[in-house]
Amino acid sequence: MTTAMKVKAAPRTGVDWFLLLIKSVMFFFITTGIILFILQQIDPGNPIASRLNDDATGLTADQFEGLVIAGLTQGAMYGLIALGYSMVYGVLGFINFAHGEVFMVGAMTGMITSNKLNDAGAWESNFILSMLFIVVLSILVSTLTAVVMERVAYRPLRGSPRLIPLITSIGVSFFIQNVSVVLLGPGAKSYPDLPDWLSKKRDIWFISIEGTRLLVVLVAAVSMVGLWYLVERTKTGKAMRAVAEDKEIASLMGINVNRIIVTTFAVGGAMAGVAGILWGIMFRSVIHTTGFLPGIKAFSAAVVGGIGNLNGAMAGGLSLGSAEAIAPLVILEPWGVSGVSQLRDAVAFSVLILVLLVKPTGLFGERLSSEDRT
Amino acid sequence: MTDTIAVAPARGILEQNWRKILNYGLLLALAEVFISLANMPVALDDFVLIEPILSLGYVSLLWLPLVLGFGIGSEKVLEGMTVHAKGVRELVAGACVGLIGGAGLSLLTVLIDNYDLRDPLVNWSPQLLDLLGFDQGVGFGVGIWLAIGGGLGLLGGAMHLITPVARRVVATMALAVVFVAVLETILSDIAEDLFLEWLSDWIYFIRGGVTLHGTVTVALVAGAYALWGSRAIKGAKASFQALEGAERKQANKVGLMIVVLLTILMPLVLGKITNELLANVGLFLLLALGLNIVIGLAGILDLGYVAFFAVGGYTTAILTSPNRGDSWPDWLPQLWWVVALMVVVVFAGLTGLFIGAPVIRMRGDYLAIVTLGFGEIIRLLFLSDWLGGFTGGAQGVTNVPGVQVFGLANVRGTDPRAVFYLVAFFCAIAIYVSWRLEKSRIGRAWMAVREDESVAEAMGINTVNVKLLAFVVGAVLASFSGAIFAAKVGSVFPTSFIILVSIVILIVVIVGGMGNILGVIAGSAVLIGVLGGPRQPGLLQEFSEFKLLIYGALLIWMMLKRPEGLIPNVRRTRELHQEEFLQDAWLKGEIDHDDEEGNGGGVAPA
Repeated sequence: MTTAMKVKAAPRTGVDWFLLLIKSVMFFFITTGIILFILQQIDPGNPIASRLNDDATGLTADQFEGLVIAGLTQGAMYGLIALGYSMVYGVLGFINFAHGEVFMVGAMTGMITSNKLNDAGAWESNFILSMLFIVVLSILVSTLTAVVMERVAYRPLRGSPRLIPLITSIGVSFFIQNVSVVLLGPGAKSYPDLPDWLSKKRDIWFISIEGTRLLVVLVAAVSMVGLWYLVERTKTGKAMRAVAEDKEIASLMGINVNRIIVTTFAVGGAMAGVAGILWGIMFRSVIHTTGFLPGIKAFSAAVVGGIGNLNGAMAGGLSLGSAEAIAPLVILEPWGVSGVSQLRDAVAFSVLILVLLVKPTGLFGERLSSEDRT
Repeated sequence: MTDTIAVAPARGILEQNWRKILNYGLLLALAEVFISLANMPVALDDFVLIEPILSLGYVSLLWLPLVLGFGIGSEKVLEGMTVHAKGVRELVAGACVGLIGGAGLSLLTVLIDNYDLRDPLVNWSPQLLDLLGFDQGVGFGVGIWLAIGGGLGLLGGAMHLITPVARRVVATMALAVVFVAVLETILSDIAEDLFLEWLSDWIYFIRGGVTLHGTVTVALVAGAYALWGSRAIKGAKASFQALEGAERKQANKVGLMIVVLLTILMPLVLGKITNELLANVGLFLLLALGLNIVIGLAGILDLGYVAFFAVGGYTTAILTSPNRGDSWPDWLPQLWWVVALMVVVVFAGLTGLFIGAPVIRMRGDYLAIVTLGFGEIIRLLFLSDWLGGFTGGAQGVTNVPGVQVFGLANVRGTDPRAVFYLVAFFCAIAIYVSWRLEKSRIGRAWMAVREDESVAEAMGINTVNVKLLAFVVGAVLASFSGAIFAAKVGSVFPTSFIILVSIVILIVVIVGGMGNILGVIAGSAVLIGVLGGPRQPGLLQEFSEFKLLIYGALLIWMMLKRPEGLIPNVRRTRELHQEEFLQDAWLKGEIDHDDEEGNGGGVAPA
């Protein structure tokens, strides 16, 4: 309906020059950081590198491998959450700010059930079965949360000005967080201990990886394949793509748009539920704000990969995860920045800002919806 | 307006919309169980409203059946619809809803008695069981909640049978009693200073709560006001609005003088705690006024607004405190607050430009998330070891001196009255600036950008510059608030500047009324003053556990039911309810079919 108006060769204004300046400075900062890092790796006493940061020790191969693996597993979880953002954005064209809270609800459900199972003794005696049980239960609860959210808060607002649903979703997010505070108490709660065979390190081919991280990667891969099958190979998936393309035409073709939208929320919620459980067994602790930062980062991941694009969401998650694990040490440390691990979150947000500045459509471009939604 | 609405006779008792009743009932039951498990009844049980019989804890359970019992009978009336007269049918519907809700609480009572779910649900407690059973045991509790639910639902439904005037009187009486009871501390404080101690002694019980005869008095006064007083006030308002030209200006001036005088005199009457509350309200009002320009006038959803508050606070602290980080060079002087403020303003404006420039071209929702990211980045930078030498890291900057007002006074947090005057001064500036800007060319440009950016651009508005300007003005106002905050608290820590602050300010602006200065003032007075800020306690300290929950629920409810806010901006309301306006006009035959296409095209969901 609304086509993007491309103005040819608009005159550069002050803002444009400023943006160009920022981009150049960032480009210089990043490339120089990486070059310095490489120089340092080759020769720790390198005069240029040690002038900027003489404490820098560089990284051993093992450390680097550990960082990459940690980043990728973290990224896989971001990717799973990002799928929900991406799907809802593709279909409804708005950012469901409260999606991070769906993830938190999943993690909380897992915490409650796993502790109950642990009390009953089933957690140790029959780990795999109880694991399956908490995964199924948390998928159910997060799916339900997402569906109720859509029904109560978003459906009445369909067709209202763009920012209204976004503000509502901020309210929903705030509300769910505080529901968790008043019902379950404000403190952090922990998952029961995992069996040794799961958490110990294993050597696979030439890398050594903790069992939990392996599990995260496997589960993420399986979910991704399942989602791909759903969207690309089933009738529901076809309907979802059609609704994303154009709601009115889709409904003229006999597609029940409301049902498809609910399905979209449900599938996104299920993915977030899986991610919640994975988060729980990875970090073993949940609190009501657990959903906030991962939620924002997952959104960033969705944008990095091109919002509305499912493969892009997963790829964006993996790149964001590894970027926030590696970039502080590879880019910031050579510049003499101290305490870089504190700046991980700042790095993640900077990635979002940079991607939006340099390539707003993301690495893979928008696919589910081509229309300009301004 | 209502000339196209036909009235039909009342429907039969059994001619109910049973599905709607079931929905409402289940909603009520769920809400009541949630409120119980959220610990509201137990936590608020000590807050006595009417001396021997009613506490705020019970009120938290009792108001919902009333409201929903009334709500089930109400119908949305649009132009051209047929309405049925109200009758016993509404009573039955209300009672059914109330009964289902009461059944929910009864079920909860039985469940608490038989199962122990205290592990995940922290409030699944014996205290709650006692409260639900009125200390009389489970069986009594089950029966009484069914009776109370049904009764209150019936009462709610009965509100349809009395005339609108009577309904208004009843509502005013109930609200007045709750109002007087809830505001006990502040009202008795004022009464004491106005030599009305005998009055507060008559109304209030010694250990808190309104006495029975006090309740009757308040209810009678409120009822009389609803019957006669409100009409007199409405008449005065109408005659005020009828004034024109010079007379209107004169009247405005007098009104303004009264407000200014009240602002100056009120703190003298109030106690320390209330003044502290007022100072907090002022700080948040200053922030809200700034955000109102950004989001209310220019329509930019800035979620990282706290960043400017932080920049204002930190810059002030660093420039004035002797205890700033070690990495600062020695030549950096320790300034007076007033001098430091000049630097703060410049610095905040620059930060606004720096954050604004990259985001200003992004579409609205991306902009929201990116500004949120900036807000976090700035806090993380202040917190980090890297800049710890400058900002003190997690220890923050302490020993920030008070505000030296030209040697006349030293305004510090220990003297909330002085802080309030300082804040009020800056709020007055902010109000004046917002008011003038709104009526100016720039203000109109902001509103045009908010309504439709492409059209605004086509009209020759430089949208980028205009939006950047909104960002900068908002940033400067927020930095004022930050500067006062630093001097008031005497220290700044990264934890004072979390994203939560941004969201609370957003809620204040939206609940009050985006784009309306009066609305923003009312919003901050009601929310921050009564419920409290993100870290600051409000008048109802008992609510501090629940205030964020209430804020969240309020934001959702506002967006669904009244997105224009409590005191709306006229133009903004039209934007948000365009479809309804068009429909009304169409029904009245003000626009014809062909025209509707042209006008309605813009409203269709894009």
